[in-house]
Amino acid sequence: MNGMQFLAGHFNYIVVIILMMTGLYIVISTGNMVKKLTGLGVFQTSVFQLYITMGKVTGGRPPIVAHAPEGAEHAAANGGEHGASTADTAVRMVHDMADVPVNGVIYSNPIPHVLILTGIVVGVATLAVGLALIVRIRETYDSIEEEDVEEAEYKARKAANA
Amino acid sequence: MNADFITPLDAFTIIDLILMLMLLIVGLAIVRLNDIFAIVMLAGVYSLVSALWFVSLDAVDVAFTEAAVGAGISTVLMLGAMLLSSRTALPAKPVRKWASFFIVLATGAALMYAVTDMPSFGDPLSAPNAYVGLEYLKRSLPDTEIPNVVSSVLASYRGYDTLGETSVILTAGLGVMLILGMGGKINGQLKKKAIDYDNADAQAHHTVLRVVSKMMIPLIVLYGFYVQFHGDFGPGGGFQAGVIIASAVILYALIFGVDAAKAAVPPLVVRIGAALGVLIYGGTGIAGLILGSNYLDYNVLDPHSAPHGQELGIMSIEIGVLITVCSVMLVIFYGFTSRQPDITDKDW
Repeated sequence: MNGMQFLAGHFNYIVVIILMMTGLYIVISTGNMVKKLTGLGVFQTSVFQLYITMGKVTGGRPPIVAHAPEGAEHAAANGGEHGASTADTAVRMVHDMADVPVNGVIYSNPIPHVLILTGIVVGVATLAVGLALIVRIRETYDSIEEEDVEEAEYKARKAANA
Repeated sequence: MNADFITPLDAFTIIDLILMLMLLIVGLAIVRLNDIFAIVMLAGVYSLVSALWFVSLDAVDVAFTEAAVGAGISTVLMLGAMLLSSRTALPAKPVRKWASFFIVLATGAALMYAVTDMPSFGDPLSAPNAYVGLEYLKRSLPDTEIPNVVSSVLASYRGYDTLGETSVILTAGLGVMLILGMGGKINGQLKKKAIDYDNADAQAHHTVLRVVSKMMIPLIVLYGFYVQFHGDFGPGGGFQAGVIIASAVILYALIFGVDAAKAAVPPLVVRIGAALGVLIYGGTGIAGLILGSNYLDYNVLDPHSAPHGQELGIMSIEIGVLITVCSVMLVIFYGFTSRQPDITDKDW
């Protein structure tokens, strides 16, 4: 496996990590709470992408298993008509490696999809709780900047102690 | 890691690369902006592009959810929170920027080091792909007679997980209720003042919106039910359908006013629905217990045919998920809108 091939196979992971760090950077660097939550969203989506990347199978279809479509077995077993292209070679390789195809068709892995599907909905639910807290903070402190809130809190403590 | 497998540089891989780069650009734009409105809109764009990316990687159910949730509901909630708070973020101080940058750089470097251990993109024999996932693909159709493996794994093989997640969604709804109130005060006011369905002010401004949405809303709800009941055969299911139906109500509220929406779908109904969905889900599990099997085992639901029992069970819990997700989304929306007068005309 040379450098170019390694890059093709791992490009997604590299971009996912950069996106993850972008999200983390937004969360740490900004004091604005709504922007922080957006950063958390970017971070969260990058985790989803990491999972989905791992579940992809070259030449695969979405994991909706019908009874074997007519001719699919034949076409898949031959790796398509034009055996020369790299994609077809890869597909044929997939077939040769093991009993990976189901009914003669390759499917992508459904498990990451299941995990992430529910993860997205749970993500929006938690986002809503976060935004609700922000709205309450704004009502109490009249600001959604971290520094303002901390300053107001500090002043209130000082006043209480005095 | 399977060293024999080499990712082909075909059209799919190229599309994948392009979409990934678009995500990167949007992500970096979010970092640089301080206008909250622009940030929220870009977050919506980010979700939509990643939904496209999910489609290109065969994750159709995930793409569906991301498009409905990430680009739809999340954006609405973010905009709602923005209207209730502020529209611009203060720029970060340079010290904080650089400190964050170095932390992120160190973390990123550590993660990059781990990339070499990851399986190649599209490798069919990698650890995640070769074992249990393949087993589900082979067994799903004989076991449950449901072609969409994502639905059968979600609802049947991993029913416990999904029960947990549905409960988390209910809990989040409860959390928003406790923080922002029940959104039910309007209920009492409704009796006193008639709802101004066709106020002249709004009509003058949003004629196109009102006419178009009047036609669209029934179709959106119908589409939601299609997604729900076709979820066994194609992409879709309770999570997506719940969000789509909730978004129809939210659209109605945005165009015709929250009062009108609360008259159509009262907060009390929504509150009961949030708990009812989890009850239906849990009840399906109990039905399995009563019929002499394990919790959430649907095989016994139909005494004559185990796969048919599975189908019944999956449909039943998907309805539970639909009711909870739809209701919680509306609980959250009502919670946010109860904090302020209706979004006024000039805020559009």
